[in-house]
Amino acid sequence: MEAFDRVMKARAKGRPTGLSFINHIFDDFLEMHGDRRFGDDSAVVAGIARLNGMPVTVIALERGTDTKDKIMRNFGMAHPEGYRKALRQMKLAEKFHRPVICFVDTSGAYCGIAAEERGQGLAIAENLMEMMALKTPVLSILIGEGGSGGALGLAVADEVWMLENAVYSVISPEGCASILWKDPAKVREAAACLKLTAQDLLELDVIERIIEEPSDDFEEVFATLRRDIFTTVSQNKQLPVEALLEKRYNRFRKIGVPK
Amino acid sequence: MGVLPKNLFKKPNNPLENYDKTKTYSPDIPSEMCIPCPSCKAILLNGDLNENGHVCPKCGFHFRINPRQRINIIADEGSFQEYDAALRSRNVIDFPNYDKKLKHALLESSAKEAVVCGRAKIGGYDCCMFVMDPYFMMGSMGTVVGEKITRLFEYATEQSLPVIGFTVSGGARMQEGILSLMQMAKTSGAVKRHSDAGNLYAVVLTDPTTGGVTASFAMEADVTIAEPGALIGFAGPRVIEQTIRQKLPNGFQRSEFLYEKGFVDVILKRTEQKGYLTTLLSLHQKEAN
Repeated sequence: MEAFDRVMKARAKGRPTGLSFINHIFDDFLEMHGDRRFGDDSAVVAGIARLNGMPVTVIALERGTDTKDKIMRNFGMAHPEGYRKALRQMKLAEKFHRPVICFVDTSGAYCGIAAEERGQGLAIAENLMEMMALKTPVLSILIGEGGSGGALGLAVADEVWMLENAVYSVISPEGCASILWKDPAKVREAAACLKLTAQDLLELDVIERIIEEPSDDFEEVFATLRRDIFTTVSQNKQLPVEALLEKRYNRFRKIGVPK
Repeated sequence: MGVLPKNLFKKPNNPLENYDKTKTYSPDIPSEMCIPCPSCKAILLNGDLNENGHVCPKCGFHFRINPRQRINIIADEGSFQEYDAALRSRNVIDFPNYDKKLKHALLESSAKEAVVCGRAKIGGYDCCMFVMDPYFMMGSMGTVVGEKITRLFEYATEQSLPVIGFTVSGGARMQEGILSLMQMAKTSGAVKRHSDAGNLYAVVLTDPTTGGVTASFAMEADVTIAEPGALIGFAGPRVIEQTIRQKLPNGFQRSEFLYEKGFVDVILKRTEQKGYLTTLLSLHQKEAN
C-alpha cells in the first residue's frame, strides 16, 4: 500500500475516533472539562477512567463523528485551551500517581486568529516541557492522523505506538506538495517522501510498536490495546520515577543524533 | 561579492516559505554600498547600518542579521567560543533535492547549519549562547539544529550556566520529516532539565520566529524578549489566511501584538539588548556558598 493510501485510511469516514477508543477500552470514564484559564475545548476529551481496575487518566484528540459533532469539535484541531486542558489533567494524574494514556488523531493544532492570540505555540511548548518531566507513566497512541506539533503536544511519552493505518508527519502531504512543488496535486509523491507511515516510523525509531488492524471492525484492536496498555503502564509504574524520566528523556534524546 | 542578487531591494511577502526563491540582501556587502530601508525607504549606507546594529537610523527597522553579526553586537569582544561547529546535516530520509538545498544554503549563508552555539561573556558574565541563522534555510530546525541546541542546554546544565538564545526560524525542517518534529520534544526536554536545575534561560525572539521553534524552545524561556516588529507565531500568516479565508489584521503576530497579549516580557531594540542582558545576568548570578 502506498503512503498516501494510508493517509486516506487514517482520515477515512467511519474510522473510530478518540472517544470511541476511550469507550471501548476503559471503564467508568469520567470526563473532565475546561482548562481553568479560558474555556473548554471540545477537540480534546480528557478525564479519569479505569483499566483492568487501575485508575488512569485518558486524553484524546477527538475529530467528531457526524457533521454536527465535527463542527462542535473543530474537526479535532485543538486551540491552546485544549492543550492546557490536557496538561491540567496530566498534572492531576501526576498528583494521584495515575498513568496517562493519550490517543492522538488530528490534522494539526488549529491555525487561526484566536489560537494565535491565546498562544498556540506556547501551549504546545509547555506540554512538551511538562510531559518530558511528568512523574508518572505516559503512553501515547496514534490512532489516525498525527499532524505535526498539534499531535506532538500529546505525544511526549515513555512509548509511542501507532495503529497500522495511522500516519504521523511534520507537515501534511498537501502542505508539503504546495510548498515544495507549488503543486497540491503532487500529494502522493509528498506522502511517500515524508516517511509518515507506521512502518517508516518504526524503522526510524520514532515509535516502539505498530498495532495491527486485522479487519475493519476494531474489536480486535480494542482488545489488544486493552491488554497491552495495561501491561506496559503497569510495568512503567513499577519503575522508580528517576528511571522512568531518564528513559523518557533518552527516548527522544537519541532521535536524530548525527552519525 | 560580485553580482548583486536580483531581488536585493525587495522584502519578500512571505519570508517563511520563500527562502530559496527570494534573496534578501547579502550580509557581506561593502560598507560604502547603499541599502534602502524596506520600511521607510530611506537610502542608508551599509557602513552606517553596521555601526547601528543593522537597525535603520531613520525609522528603527531591524534588518535581519546572521549569527556572526549578532554575536559581534551582543557578546564581549573575543569572548565567543563556538561548540559543535562541525556538525553538518545529512539527507536523513532521502528527501528529494535536500542535498542540493543544503549545498545552496551553505553557499548562500557561508554557515554550516541554521544555528551557532557556544560559550560567551556578555558584559563580563559567563553564559551559553545560541544564535539562529535566517540565511540558512530560514533557520529551520532539522536534526542538527535540534542536536546542537540540546547539547548546549545539557552543557549549560552541567556547568550551571545561563543560556541566552536568539531565535529566527521558519519552523521544523520539512526535508527531514518526522525527525525534525522530534527535535521539538528533544530540545524541550533539555530546556526543562536546565530549568529544573535552577538555571536562567532568556530568549530574544527575532523576525521571524514561527512553527516548530515557536512551539518548543522559543516559548520556554524564563525571560522572553522580542525585537520590535518581529513576526512571531505558531502558524505562518499565509497558512492562517488560507484556513480562515480572510485577511489578517495589521500588526497581527508582531512583537507588539504578542506583548499586548502577554506573551513577551519586554520589547527591546537591538542596540538596547546587550545592556539589558548584562543586567539580567547580573541579577541571576548564583550566590557563592
